[in-house]
Amino acid sequence: MAMNCNAKDEVDGGPPCAPGGAAKTRRPDNTAFKQQRLPAWQPILTAGTVLPTFFIVGLIFIPIGIGIFVTSNNIREIEIDYTGTEPSSPCNKCLSLNVTPCFCTINFTLETAFEGNVFMYYGLSNFYQNHRRYVKSRDDSQLNGDSSALLNPSKECEPYRRNEDLPIAPCGAIANSMFNDTLELFLVSNESDPTPTPIVLKKKGIAWWTDKHVKFRNPPGGGTLEERFKGTTKPVNWLKPVYALDLDEDNNGFINEDFIVWMRTAALPTFRKLYRLIERTNDLHPTLPAGQYYLNITYNYPVHSFDGRKRMILSTISWMGGKNPFLGIAYITVGSISFLLGVVLLVINHKYRNSSNTADTMAF
Amino acid sequence: GARLGPQGGCAPPAADNRLKTTKYTLLSFVPKNLFEQFHRLANVYFVLIALLNFAPAVSAFQPGLALAPVLFILAVTALKDLWEDYSRRRSDLAINHRGCLVFSREEKKYVHRFWKEIHVGDFVHLRCNEIIPADILLLSSSDPDGLCHIETANLDGETNLKRRQVVRGFSELVSEFNPLTFTSVIECEKPNNDLSRFRGCIIHSSGQRAGLHKENLLLRGCTIRNTEAVVGIVIYAGHETKALLNNSGPRYKRSQLERQMNCDVLWCVLLLICMSLFSAVGHGLWVRRYQEKKALFDVPESDGSSLSPVTAAVYSFLTMIIVLQVLIPISLYVSIEIVKVCQVYFINQDIDLYDEETDSQLQCRALNITEDLGQIQYIFSDKTGTLTENKMVFRRCTVSGVEYSHDANAQRLARYQEADSEEEEVVPKGGSWSQRGSIGSHQSVRIVHRTQSTKSQRRSGSRAEAKRASMLSRHTAFSSPMEKDITPDPKLLEKVSECDRCLALSRHQEQPLAHLSPELSDVFDFFIALTVCNAVVVTSPDQPRQKVRVRFELKSPVKTIEDFLRRFTPSRLTSVCSSTGGLAASKPSHKSGPSFLSSLSSDSVFLKLEERLSQPTPSIASNGYSSQAESWAPEQKPEPGQERELRYEAESPDEAALVYAARAYSCALVDRLPDQVSVELPHLGRLTFELLHTLGFDSIRKRMSVVIRHPLTDEINVYTKGADSVVMDLLLPCSSEEARGRHQKKIRSKTQSFLNLYAMEGLRTLCIAKRVLSKEEYACWLQGHLEAESSLDNREELLFQSALRLETNLHLLGATGIEDRLQDGVPETISKLRQAGLQIWVLTGDKQETAVNIAHACKLLDHDEEIITLNAESPEACAALLEQCLQYAQSRAPHSTPEKTEGNVSVGLFPLCSASKSPVSGPSLSLVIDGRSLAYALEKNLEDKFLFLAKQCRSVLCCRSTPLQKSMVVKLVRSKLKAMTLAIGDGANDVSMIQVADVGVGISGQEGMQAVMASDFAVPKFRYLERLLIVHGHWCYSRLANMVLYFFYKNTMFVGLLFWFQFYCGFSASAMIDQWYLIFFNLLFSSLPQLVTGVLDKDVSADVLLLEPQLYKSGQKMEEYRPRAFWLNMVDAAFQSLICFFIPYLAYYDSDVDVFTWGTPITAIALLTFLLHLGIETKTWTWLNWMACGFSILLFLVVALIYNSACSTCYPPSNPYWTMQTLLGDPVFYLICLVTPVTALLPRLFFKALQGSLFPTQLQLGRQLAKKCHKSPKTPKDTFAQGHLPREPKTELSRGSTGNPSESPSRDCALHTSPHMQQPPACSPKASGEPSAVDTSMPLRENNLLESPGSSTAGEAVSGECPRDHQRKRLGTSQAVPLSSLFSLPNLSSLGCVSSLSLVSGLGSVLRFSRSSLHVDKRDSEFLSNPPQPEPDLSGLQRQTAEYL
Repeated sequence: MAMNCNAKDEVDGGPPCAPGGAAKTRRPDNTAFKQQRLPAWQPILTAGTVLPTFFIVGLIFIPIGIGIFVTSNNIREIEIDYTGTEPSSPCNKCLSLNVTPCFCTINFTLETAFEGNVFMYYGLSNFYQNHRRYVKSRDDSQLNGDSSALLNPSKECEPYRRNEDLPIAPCGAIANSMFNDTLELFLVSNESDPTPTPIVLKKKGIAWWTDKHVKFRNPPGGGTLEERFKGTTKPVNWLKPVYALDLDEDNNGFINEDFIVWMRTAALPTFRKLYRLIERTNDLHPTLPAGQYYLNITYNYPVHSFDGRKRMILSTISWMGGKNPFLGIAYITVGSISFLLGVVLLVINHKYRNSSNTADTMAF
Repeated sequence: GARLGPQGGCAPPAADNRLKTTKYTLLSFVPKNLFEQFHRLANVYFVLIALLNFAPAVSAFQPGLALAPVLFILAVTALKDLWEDYSRRRSDLAINHRGCLVFSREEKKYVHRFWKEIHVGDFVHLRCNEIIPADILLLSSSDPDGLCHIETANLDGETNLKRRQVVRGFSELVSEFNPLTFTSVIECEKPNNDLSRFRGCIIHSSGQRAGLHKENLLLRGCTIRNTEAVVGIVIYAGHETKALLNNSGPRYKRSQLERQMNCDVLWCVLLLICMSLFSAVGHGLWVRRYQEKKALFDVPESDGSSLSPVTAAVYSFLTMIIVLQVLIPISLYVSIEIVKVCQVYFINQDIDLYDEETDSQLQCRALNITEDLGQIQYIFSDKTGTLTENKMVFRRCTVSGVEYSHDANAQRLARYQEADSEEEEVVPKGGSWSQRGSIGSHQSVRIVHRTQSTKSQRRSGSRAEAKRASMLSRHTAFSSPMEKDITPDPKLLEKVSECDRCLALSRHQEQPLAHLSPELSDVFDFFIALTVCNAVVVTSPDQPRQKVRVRFELKSPVKTIEDFLRRFTPSRLTSVCSSTGGLAASKPSHKSGPSFLSSLSSDSVFLKLEERLSQPTPSIASNGYSSQAESWAPEQKPEPGQERELRYEAESPDEAALVYAARAYSCALVDRLPDQVSVELPHLGRLTFELLHTLGFDSIRKRMSVVIRHPLTDEINVYTKGADSVVMDLLLPCSSEEARGRHQKKIRSKTQSFLNLYAMEGLRTLCIAKRVLSKEEYACWLQGHLEAESSLDNREELLFQSALRLETNLHLLGATGIEDRLQDGVPETISKLRQAGLQIWVLTGDKQETAVNIAHACKLLDHDEEIITLNAESPEACAALLEQCLQYAQSRAPHSTPEKTEGNVSVGLFPLCSASKSPVSGPSLSLVIDGRSLAYALEKNLEDKFLFLAKQCRSVLCCRSTPLQKSMVVKLVRSKLKAMTLAIGDGANDVSMIQVADVGVGISGQEGMQAVMASDFAVPKFRYLERLLIVHGHWCYSRLANMVLYFFYKNTMFVGLLFWFQFYCGFSASAMIDQWYLIFFNLLFSSLPQLVTGVLDKDVSADVLLLEPQLYKSGQKMEEYRPRAFWLNMVDAAFQSLICFFIPYLAYYDSDVDVFTWGTPITAIALLTFLLHLGIETKTWTWLNWMACGFSILLFLVVALIYNSACSTCYPPSNPYWTMQTLLGDPVFYLICLVTPVTALLPRLFFKALQGSLFPTQLQLGRQLAKKCHKSPKTPKDTFAQGHLPREPKTELSRGSTGNPSESPSRDCALHTSPHMQQPPACSPKASGEPSAVDTSMPLRENNLLESPGSSTAGEAVSGECPRDHQRKRLGTSQAVPLSSLFSLPNLSSLGCVSSLSLVSGLGSVLRFSRSSLHVDKRDSEFLSNPPQPEPDLSGLQRQTAEYL
């Protein structure tokens, strides 16, 4: 930091500077700030001063932890792996690629009834949705319905930008790798009745409200969705074009919620994504009563090649979301450790205090 | 050299006087500033990284965004530069538009011009008090003698007037100088920055050449004083002026901490590369694994092909470097500079560093080494003007072998000292006349000068008030009555007046001096020499003199009486003096005044005497004498006010002191012109000496001489005044055969012994000598001298030779002893600095004895210390002597060897241990070395030994050292011991040392500003060094050290989060933290709190630091920021980042969270963790800290909320639309934000608390004590003073022992002492009578030797009966040593290495024993009266802590 002006004043600072400086003394102001005497709290970290902190942390964390743990334990959750790598699995047949489409059915039993709204997830493992190049491979403008971006997607989408000279809508690797298994759930009411009751799976309401209404928009213009997507082609891996994702006009095209959910790239290689909602219909019956269920799978999505796993998860939720035993355990553990350390400090402080007191009395 | 034609202003556009200090123009700003900024490597690095981002294959962020922080930093710096440049431009403009009168050839008169319009060759007309616009050759002055006085305060801060002289050949002009008639050619050297030299010559149209010297040159920036008007020709203008060439701006040094930091930055670079490499390899493997597997998430290249693992790894490596660039803290450098600027601001603002007397505060001239102040290990101090006030007071003199002790004078001085320290009432109450009279009168005299002298006009008003305030507060530093007013020795006074009378009677005879006895003749010559042989400028309030005025008129009686009345109106007197003493104002002149004045002084013996003497004056004077002065002198002389009007301004205070002394003996210097000096004597009247030559003082010759023609004898006399060592060698060799010669020899040896006596009293000695030249000798010398003077090439060398020819065969007249009083608080400061673990070396040009005594006076040397004196005549002797001293020093060392092992353990872990150790570690060594030996010792082959010896000494004193040696010593210590050095000095001779040292401190004192200009810090007084180092140095260091550590921690921890994530994203250099947060996190969110802490945090309060100076050692040992601390910090950062990564990881494992919804809580967690961490590290919480932390969190929230709602399609790829808003509605977010920072910081807090309780550092103890004392009603002073001072010596001892690996082998040589060591007085039998502080310490140490290390012996020490026996035994042995060593002296002298000086000093210190042992006794009694309480305290603490081990 060159402050040459000062130095020059010393040499060349004649009357213009000197009288100004000489008129008043150069005595510095005696203010608390300038003299660094601001009132201050000066904690000293010793066993005695710190141990309350540890106890307080312990006393706060353990109850919170217990609360979270209980909440988390009250959540019902069932997870069904349907990758089909085990030969016994009904979906094992779908591993070979030549069988398309492949249907398989998995039976499972709910030991306890699922109360309240039940969330149906699909889970993928060893799937790196957070890979740098993968995450980048999308065009938000296109997804937002920008007509120019629709026909001329961003370079980030390469190599899934164009297919046979037609722009891909939606472009990019994320869209291209969209999860496309179909999962259906049936309740086997009783052993005698062979026709299972299908469970109503709600497709809407699974994506963020802002995603569905702000971030993702179909291309503007009148006419059908197909016309609005004219001049584009479907992603390479897709079976259907984007405007045929659903029949419901409000859940089709870019604003298809399955698509939106997929486009929100997962943070970690093992993740789940919300697939369907099972809303409770009436207060008298549980949403999913205990019993036997079928899971009908239209097996399209190949994960076996890269050692991935596919799962279907049914879970109730609480105020803090899905089942998560870790946080409760973490709180309890940290709280206990903190409490323990507090005790250690207390002991130390006790001994130390005695000695320092005697020292004090001797000194003063 | 440059040649200046007669055409002057018509010359082709020579350099004009425009000042341009700006660096940039509008056009050149951007490129030039950028170019300068890219000199900093860090900037280049960051720009390169940002540019790397533009390559699509490796880009991690949006390229524009990545540039943002770099651009921000560059822009901030550029703005700062721009602002500075603008303010420079404004001040340039102001200076350029100052006006002055320049001769215009067209209009044939002086016209008003701006400074910038002045060109080389212009004729400039300047009036009194005008500032000189350029370097101007003085051609004409309104002064009758062609003189001009300038004040150079703007240039070098020296406030005394300097005399300048009209160029030879122009001074003789009677009529006013007319530029049109100027036809000479001026040749001068090229512009250079040497203020003290100017060479050139002027060739008149007649072809005659005349030399030009610096006496002819008026320098830019100086002010014309005391002269009505001058005319000169511009020689150098604008940037070629010496003033501007000297202006190199502030200095840039790299502090030690910064060097260490840069080293750690390199570690960070290495870490960064390692992390990136690891990632790259990981990514390569990952790619190879998934490449063939047709993974859905694998994105091929745009052409559909996939990258080979190796290429992918290379790309990944580069991307990782971009992503992890945060590890190299981009904002660190900027933050450090901000913090340093604030620190400098606070140091400048410290009111305790403000000196009221001089109205100056501490100046920080170097902006970036504040933290070095906290790590100083060695202080090299000048003596004169640094430790002492450089206010010279005449104390005593010896003339012709007779000593005049000036007892009355000594008493008077003692009273001044009392008046200094005691209450103000002393002045009116004081019984004796002399005190009342002197103080009273001089205050009034002072006021007269202050209001009258033109010099003080500029600082009238509050400045004068400050002066008065300082006077009232009994600081005598600036007031000079003490110097001016000397009480003469009656015996000498009688002799002087006898001379005077005799001469007055015999003046008409052929050989007036021959009638005097040799002694009286010497006395007379002595005083003439005192008066004449100097460069004192006599000024009087009636300045400036004008050519038109006749000299006699000026001094008409009426006028002076009027003056007298005007000046001594009662109101003024009472207002200042508030005592009747003011009426005696005219007394100290010792002139017979009006009767009402003399009646007051009836009790004064010498005044009566003087009155009596002065009676016959008119009659003698009226005899008439054929000198110019004769006609008016008698009338003028008896005026009472006359003498007071004279004011002596000398370049060195010694000269003034001598002139004032001579005046006290009625031998007053009344006028000094370039060619004559007038001296006034009571009987003889005014004697005018024709001044033939003045050979000025220089530090090589160490003497000055004048050549005069004696008006009484008409002989040509040379009077020489100089350092005794030099002058004694130049005396006329006297044969011992004849009686006169023997007498002379006797006189010399007597004088020499008196000189030694003076030196032992700490007086500065000067020898006065005389030489009578025959006309032939003089003519012969003159010829050579004139040649030398006119030569252009090696004028200095020739003049030096010429001076040597003149100053030989001198006749010794006498010697003077001048006291240089210690500055206020020097002993206290030195002892504090000592306790702070600083080694203080004094490097002085003074005599050894003087230096040793001053060292004793300022407690640098203790009387119970052993002094090793090194005086060697030859390199071999020096080597032998060094060897001996080393052996002796080592023989003492084994005492500390056993402690060494213990010391390592205890001091390292909990230094408190040492507190229970002996309060005094026995007598310590001090080294005194003289200049010649120093020269030998500094040679390559001996320097290691010298240094090794010096290291074991508590203090080192180098006497008679030249400026070069001073700097060599500093350089040696700096380079060999790798120690941090500080040099402090006030004079030009200290400049080299100041520049060499790590930190240079200048004292803005008496000897001008050269030292200040070269320094990094300028303090008004030595004592301010204590606060500067111990308080501010410590704070600056600790603040900066903690901040740097925090910076490294912060960046490592943040980067750690990203690195752990790589394990879960296929090492693809993906980041879960949004790029905006990533880039601006350091810059915006987390920067303010650490800046506030870095600027304001105080680990220990100033009071405690001052009371416990040993706390300073933490900085010396770099306790706060050392490699261990750095790596511990890094490990903690890694741990914290693990916690902060894996808690969110596990909390969100297998959930539907997306990358950035997961990354944002992590960012928030990181921020909270940083703030909490900072909270743990912050020792002082002011509202600013709270505000800053609150602001950081708030800023993060606000920015996140705005950013997350601003745009739904921007910022690919993160697109965090509505993320923060969603998170704020998610309870898990809060739960994570609560548990993670707490978990991350629990260990740190726990270990901090443990360490604070079990192994507290000195600093922590200091804080605890401060708090305790704050609570308890006890005054902290007692507690600290008693409780913790004893801790210090031991630690020093153990440190000394650790640094000394070869001690134990030399244990056998324990009794092999050298003759030059004196045993400490503590061992004298007297001291053994009762237990003294020193004595008890010895058994204590022996106990330590016997018992197992680690166990505390404090308990026994306090109960202390049994150690007495030990002590007796020890005393017996130790007593034997010095005796034997003293007797072995003759044997050793055969080595030829024992000079007489060391013998003398040896005897001196032997003599001193008795005195100092008395001291010891006194101290003991004090010591016993309040029993040593603190020891149990500390030992108790230590026992406790030991238990926990």
